[in-house]
Amino acid sequence: MKLITHNMLSSNIIKGVKNGYPLGIQATDVQVNEVDFNPDFVARIIPKLQWPILCQAAESIGHLGDLPKELISDFESNEEFLKKAHHILMEIEVKEGNLVCPETGRKFPISNGILNMLLNEDEV
Amino acid sequence: MIPTPDISHLTSVDYNEVYEPAEDTFLLLDALEQDGDTFLQLRPLMCLEVGSGAGVVSTFLAKMIGNSAMYLTTDLNPAAADVTKRTSEQNCIVLQPLIMDLAGGLLSRLRGQVDVLIFNPPYVVTPSDEVGKKGIEASWAGGRKGREVIDRFLPQVAELLSVDGLFYLVIIKENDKDEIEQIMTTYGLQMVVVLERRSGPERLSILRFSKTSSS
Repeated sequence: MKLITHNMLSSNIIKGVKNGYPLGIQATDVQVNEVDFNPDFVARIIPKLQWPILCQAAESIGHLGDLPKELISDFESNEEFLKKAHHILMEIEVKEGNLVCPETGRKFPISNGILNMLLNEDEV
Repeated sequence: MIPTPDISHLTSVDYNEVYEPAEDTFLLLDALEQDGDTFLQLRPLMCLEVGSGAGVVSTFLAKMIGNSAMYLTTDLNPAAADVTKRTSEQNCIVLQPLIMDLAGGLLSRLRGQVDVLIFNPPYVVTPSDEVGKKGIEASWAGGRKGREVIDRFLPQVAELLSVDGLFYLVIIKENDKDEIEQIMTTYGLQMVVVLERRSGPERLSILRFSKTSSS
């Protein structure tokens, strides 16, 4: 599970959970894999992200690096910044661990890089 | 022409657990390929496939559009999510497979954001008690009129689609496309029949829905 995906997930599918965002990350295995850099994609996806949540997520697994915690104003044309964002969004992969609902503590397991958000019948 | 994704890594062991790409899959690929020019104009950023199965459809879409978009896939069958990941890797494509029911945990963050939304649903008419299992049955068992899972997803479509977003849905005749069109009209979505094909006993259609009028 990549951090770009984490940014898009909420646990408010659980009965009684209001926002369920952001989910906490417990990572036991984090891998870094090179992914082709597309500056246009990164520039277009950034406005769709919750930037502080991305930085918080990266920091919580020890991969923030020198990514600015505040979005810089000229990010669209700043290739160096877009490269750093690309690295955090696309190249860091939580292979094993859990995402944790911020309201109930319910854990969603990540195994072989794939997150399982299936609920039991009594949670829906 | 976009080549059909390589699935030579999959074996009968996988197909015991995950739906093997068949005529419905290939008709959907044809429909997507036919809309290639539309995608060039739309410049999709966010793509979501619900019920990705073997992962062939999103892999194909990603081959068409390239790495200028994000490709999320969901399936409630864990084996399908695993196979989707392997199919993407086999074809040098980056997909983000997730195990969840329909759009589940993505729904609130992706509201109004999805440019290409795809669902090849369990459309086969079956007894209702066969719906909702988590194994390979989930890939076909559609319950009454084959519509029980489709009808759960339709309300989410209007929430997820971006202003210019497109939703592709595979159905068979028994699913009653006129009734589906009526339901979608109430959500402000209009329907176009993109392709139709007869495959054995199945009369397949690919429907495309959008918020704005499109050719």
